[in-house]
Amino acid sequence: MSRSAPFRPLSVPAPTLCDVTFSAPGAAAPQLNGHGRPAPGPAADEGLARRLRALACTAPLHDLDARKANLAGEYGVYAMAEVALAVIDLVTLNMDFDTGADHEEIVAKVLPRIAAQAPDRPAAEHERVARWVLENLINVGSVDRGFRAVYGTFDTDGAYVRRDYDFKLVEEVPGAGGTVYLRATDEAVNVLVGALDTDVTSAQIAAEVKLEVLISRGRLADAQLAAEQARYRTVQYAETLRKTLEATRRNVRSVDWLRTVPDMINEALDHVADRYRHENAILTNIRKARDEAEAVDARTGEHKRRAAELVDIVKDCIRRHTQLQSRLLEAGPLFRAEQDRQAFAAPAARTGLDLYGQLVAPVLPLPVEQATRVTDAFFARGTGLRTPAAVRVADLVEVLLTPPVEREHLGAEMPEPDLVATPDDSRFSEAQLDAATALLALPADAPRRLSGLLAEARREDPELPYLVALLAVHAASPPVGTAYRQGEQQLLFAVDDGTELIDPEFGGADLIVGTALLDAAGMAADRSEVA
Amino acid sequence: MTQYDADEVPQPDPAPDTGETAWGAPADAPETPPAALTPADAADAARLVSFGLQPKLLPARDVEYADLLRRYRDEPAFARLADAVAGGLGLVVLEVSTRAGMAVAAAEDSVFAVRMGDYARRASADSADRFLHGLAHLAIAAMSFPRPEDLADDGYIGRITVNGVDAFVRQACRRLEERAEQDGENTDPVTDAPGLESAWRVYARRSATGATKDARRLAGSTTGIIAKAVTFLVDSGFLQRTGDDAGGAYRTTARYQLQVRDMAGTAAMAELLELGIVPVSDGSASLLPGEETDDLDLVAEAGLPFHSG
Repeated sequence: MSRSAPFRPLSVPAPTLCDVTFSAPGAAAPQLNGHGRPAPGPAADEGLARRLRALACTAPLHDLDARKANLAGEYGVYAMAEVALAVIDLVTLNMDFDTGADHEEIVAKVLPRIAAQAPDRPAAEHERVARWVLENLINVGSVDRGFRAVYGTFDTDGAYVRRDYDFKLVEEVPGAGGTVYLRATDEAVNVLVGALDTDVTSAQIAAEVKLEVLISRGRLADAQLAAEQARYRTVQYAETLRKTLEATRRNVRSVDWLRTVPDMINEALDHVADRYRHENAILTNIRKARDEAEAVDARTGEHKRRAAELVDIVKDCIRRHTQLQSRLLEAGPLFRAEQDRQAFAAPAARTGLDLYGQLVAPVLPLPVEQATRVTDAFFARGTGLRTPAAVRVADLVEVLLTPPVEREHLGAEMPEPDLVATPDDSRFSEAQLDAATALLALPADAPRRLSGLLAEARREDPELPYLVALLAVHAASPPVGTAYRQGEQQLLFAVDDGTELIDPEFGGADLIVGTALLDAAGMAADRSEVA
Repeated sequence: MTQYDADEVPQPDPAPDTGETAWGAPADAPETPPAALTPADAADAARLVSFGLQPKLLPARDVEYADLLRRYRDEPAFARLADAVAGGLGLVVLEVSTRAGMAVAAAEDSVFAVRMGDYARRASADSADRFLHGLAHLAIAAMSFPRPEDLADDGYIGRITVNGVDAFVRQACRRLEERAEQDGENTDPVTDAPGLESAWRVYARRSATGATKDARRLAGSTTGIIAKAVTFLVDSGFLQRTGDDAGGAYRTTARYQLQVRDMAGTAAMAELLELGIVPVSDGSASLLPGEETDDLDLVAEAGLPFHSG
């Protein structure tokens, strides 16, 4: 690996298997268990195995920091595990119902953190680090795009067995239109929030109870942590539901629509309603806390900022719950439509082979060695036929000597667009608009009558009054919403006080035209609250 | 060897009471039978088989093909000759009809048979890949004909998408995983014994998709493997592409139904039986791992327990 090459060497291939061996040296075991009987039974062993697996999930992160030394260049300054956790965070938060997170989006979002770690390094290097970390979290180098850890357990008859634990942290899933999205796996989410082997529902409730307590005691820093945990839980919960609904769509009978699913949907709807109430209450409380905490010193200022962040997080939770709820409400009609399609069709003349029930389902639990015999048999007879090519030697020479067709990288050439200049048919020129704008740039404390403005405009240019009248009429219904959103400093307005306009060219009301000053700072504060 | 179905194949004996108008009135049919078969007839029979070897060719689009099919139907001697040509080439005649054409399948040792090693190079070296390629074909068939009635009904047209097949298999794998978890079973395979790993785990741990440098599908991912299978089946005249949504949408042809029903399905079943897996007599057998697993219980209505073999 040359040190000068800029990018390639960075992709030091991840070890195909992330071998993390926890097993104790084989010699130690017999000494500890004198009679050759393992002291920890399978039950005790199970907990250990679970923790070993949990521990294994963190290994790829440590591994990143261990392997950064192998990269060509000085990458020691970057904290790779930190970047990796940030990436998993981002992927988790960007996971929605239908899609996952986009590769580029994740890279772009994690860049500021990487840049902060080494501000004097070039931006290209930061991006390289981001991509390297993301690729390694997916483990692009391995065919499964996952990790494997080896650990040991005692089986039921006391023999020590080494087992492979396969897991993924960030997985790639197909999205609409052939795109590829990222999703954080359950393992990743569990590792991330540090709540291993816990029930989704109860963990969420626990997190929220904790949040309430923390807020009531004013410990906002901890509250923020708890709120973030609650959000991860929410995402995880939504993911579980999404999978179940997907199964229903595929095969009505694969899901128990008599009891299990309706129960689950009701449970989930209750859950959403419950959480919604809960989170709205939290939102109100935090808002109050935020507004009451006056930013007199740095500490309370910090509180205020944290409370504002908390508001954002809880709002995101509410958004996700709303989304979840709408999916839940769609589930019933979806079931009925699928049932119509699948169950009420005309009965078939005769029954045949049940491909799923009699082949796929029995094959999957088999050891792969045996399963392959069945799939091979199906493959041999189920793929159709191919007519073998029969080539004459004379043709063969020609075929072999034909240079390969070069692959088109760029596709067809784009035709040069034929642009036609559109004639400028504007009623007023730019200069006229400038003149009118200057005329209407009234001081805030001195509004004027439209009649006066028109007369003044007429002295400059006979066309100008039309433009001024037009602008004034527009100002009668000023674009308050736009000004508010864009944070304008002032706004032109016009009011009708009943006076009639006396003018040779125009009729109607003699509007009072003036400029209103807007409280830009106040609006900005409001906006950030609403958003 | 020739195992075509009595319902499907136009019977060699004249059956004027079927009232099919499409065949027209065989005006010269009574005259031809006495004539001895000539080399020209053999050439025609071989031509019909060669049409059958072009699975994407539709009889409705080719006058000569349609004529030969009509001749197969109307002249028993010609039909026998065509069957003999096919048999000699190592082909199994599944059906001869206007909808499917001369549907022939390759016998196991035929030169026309597809071999796994030619199909996917990795598959011969890697047992996991070999299994995944085979499973992809099995899963596509299962998704194409989800219920036994669908496979039996000649008019049924199955519709599948690449992502749909993947999701379907993943769902099944997940269910097995959940069940294993409930049973407190440790499904992590023993190190250095890859053949003993459960089949579903091999599928579950392979990634569904992956970004590649040139925006093509990652060949080793499960959707890549399934896409390869459907593309191959399109070339076999078994599927027709209907759209690009969800990784590519396809519908089945009559030939595919015949092939799965009469060839592949039975062969795979026979293999499974040989492994001693399927209890033929009654359903309440070893294949139902714990009926108490009533959450997301697929087994209840999905075809298990088995009816008689």
